[in-house]
Amino acid sequence: MFEKVLIANRGEIALRIQRACRELGIKTVAVYSEADSEAKYVKLADEAVCIGPPPPAKSYLNIPAIIAAAEVTHAQAIHPGYGFLSENGHFAERVIESGFVFIGPQSKTIHQMGDKIAAKKTMDESGVPTVPGSDGALPNDEQIILATAKKVGYPIIIKAAGGGGGRGMRIVNHEKDLIAAINTTRSEADAAFGNPTLYMEKCLQNPRHIEVQVLADEYGNTICLGDRDCSMQRRHQKIIEEAPAPKITDKQRQKISKACIKACKKMGYISAGTFEFLYENNQFYFMEMNTRLQVEHTVTELITGIDIVQEQIRIAAGEKLRYKQRDIRIAGHAIECRINAEDPFTCLPSPGKIENYHQAGGLGIRIDSHIYQGYSVPSHYDAMIGKLIAYGSSREQAIARMSIALSEMVITGIKTNVPLHQALLKDESFIKGGLNIHYLENWLTKFQAS
Amino acid sequence: MDLKKIKKLIDLVEQSKISELEITEGEEKIRIACSAPTSFGSHNFATENNQIATPTKAVEPISQEADSLTASINEERNQANTIKSPMVGVFYRASSPNSPVFSEIGQTVKIGDTLCIIEAMKLMNEIKSDRTGIIRTILAEDGEPVEYGEALFVIEPT
Repeated sequence: MFEKVLIANRGEIALRIQRACRELGIKTVAVYSEADSEAKYVKLADEAVCIGPPPPAKSYLNIPAIIAAAEVTHAQAIHPGYGFLSENGHFAERVIESGFVFIGPQSKTIHQMGDKIAAKKTMDESGVPTVPGSDGALPNDEQIILATAKKVGYPIIIKAAGGGGGRGMRIVNHEKDLIAAINTTRSEADAAFGNPTLYMEKCLQNPRHIEVQVLADEYGNTICLGDRDCSMQRRHQKIIEEAPAPKITDKQRQKISKACIKACKKMGYISAGTFEFLYENNQFYFMEMNTRLQVEHTVTELITGIDIVQEQIRIAAGEKLRYKQRDIRIAGHAIECRINAEDPFTCLPSPGKIENYHQAGGLGIRIDSHIYQGYSVPSHYDAMIGKLIAYGSSREQAIARMSIALSEMVITGIKTNVPLHQALLKDESFIKGGLNIHYLENWLTKFQAS
Repeated sequence: MDLKKIKKLIDLVEQSKISELEITEGEEKIRIACSAPTSFGSHNFATENNQIATPTKAVEPISQEADSLTASINEERNQANTIKSPMVGVFYRASSPNSPVFSEIGQTVKIGDTLCIIEAMKLMNEIKSDRTGIIRTILAEDGEPVEYGEALFVIEPT
C-alpha cells in the first residue's frame, strides 16, 4: 500500500480522497493554488504545497508544478480526482514517466476513450448498444455527409471526436442547415480540442441519462456496481443524481451490465469507470465512457456499501479486487443534490464569504463538502461547493429525507441552489421519477416566466 | 515566564523573518531581537502541529498567549523587496555541487542576472532577477524544497 499520495485536485473531492487515504493509513499531500490556501483539506493534509496562482492553467492544470510537488514531498502516487487532469492521457503518462503511480486507468485507455469515435467502435465490437450514426469519422465529402444524415434520419447531432461532456456538439434539424453546421463545428472543434474530426449520431428526442459504474483490477477482474440516473441537468451539468435508476427492470440491468463488463475486459480497463448512456423507448444507447471517478460516485457507494475511492487506491497499489460480482448487493435508494454557489434560478455564480453555515444531518444523510463557516468560495473555479446525499430503503424515503435535510441547511453570505433543490424535490413529476434530460431546463424556463 | 517558554520564543524568532519581537503578559515583558539576518530554513511543509506555515504567517504560533506583539518596520520593507519562487521545486544556489554560487549576500545584481536554480522534473530552471539591487537576505536553504510563492531573496533596490 502507498505511504504517501498526492491529491491533484481541489474542493470537495480533494477532501473526499483525503479521507479515503487517511482511512488506509496513507499520508496525504494537498496541492493548492493561492486562492485555496484556506481550504479545509489543505489544513488537514499531512503536507501541503502551493503550486501556483489562482488560474487553473497555472495551478490545477499545471502538470510540471503538480509533478514537482510530488517529487519534493516524495509522494508515491497521484490521485487526479475528477475534471482538471483526470482524463488527460498525457498527464497520466508524465506521472508514470516521473516514477509515480497514476490512480486511474492506463494512459492508453484514457486516450482510447477520449477519442469518441474510437470509444464508440470499441463498444460496437463489444456488444454495447450505441446510438445509430455515421459509423466513424465524417469525410470532407459533402455528398457523403448529406447521404449519411439522410440515412440516419433528422434530427441529427454533429459531434467532435475530441469533445465530450456536452462540448463540441451541434443539433441539425433540417438538411438545408447541415453543411453550414458541419463547417462551424469543425472549426470550433479544431480550436477547442486541436482535432477537427467529426462524427454524426441520431439525435434522441427525450432520452434519460443513465450510467453504469464499473470497477476493475489489473488482473482482469471486473465488476459492475449498478447504475445511476442523472437526467436532471441544466446545460449538460448534472444537478440531481440518483441510484439505482428508476423504472429499469432487473433483466435490462443485467443485460447492460454484462455488456459493459465485456467492453472493460476487451480494452483491459483498470480502476473505476462509468459508461454513460442515453435511454429512450426501453433502449440503451452508449454516449461516452468516463475514465475516472465521477462526482456522483457517492450514490453508488450508499446503495452498494463500497468505498469507490478506496478501491481505486487499492487497485492502483496492485491489490486484487476484493469483491466478486455475486458479492455486490444493491440495497435501498440514494439521491444526491449538488450544492452550487449560484443564484438558484438564474444560475449566475455567487462566490464570496460564507457567513453562516449549518449542516443538515441525521440517519441516511451524507454531506461531502469542504466548506465551513467563514470560508470564502473563490471565483476562479466551478460553482459546486458540496454534495448533499440522502439514502433510504426506498426512493420515497430518500426523497423525504432529502427534503428534510434541505430544509435544515443554512448557508448565508452567498447564494446557493438549495431553494431550487427544495422546489424540485416537491415536484410531482420528479417524485414519479423517470424524467428525461430536458425536463429541468423546461421547468426553469417555465419558472422564470412565471 | 518560564525558561521553556522563552527558549521556544527565541527559536520561533530565529526561524521566522521577524527581526524583533516584544511580548507583554500581565506584568511580565520580554523583548527578543535578531541582530543579523540569518539564512532561513523554513520548510513550508508539515510542522509539529501539522499546520502549514509560510514566512508571512510565522508570527501566528507565538501569539496565542501574548497580550501584545510588536513587529519592526524592517519586516514591512522586506515584504516589498522579496523575490518569491515562481515554481515548485528544489532550490539550489549553484548549478552543481562544485560550482560557485550564483549569488551572495551583499552582491549587486541587475535585471536578468541568475540568482539561483530551481530543479523540477529533472530540469534545472535558472531563476533570474527582475530588479537591480543588492542582495540583503537569502531565505531559502540550498537543497531544500520550495513551493510557488515562497520567499527566496530580499533584494534592496538601488
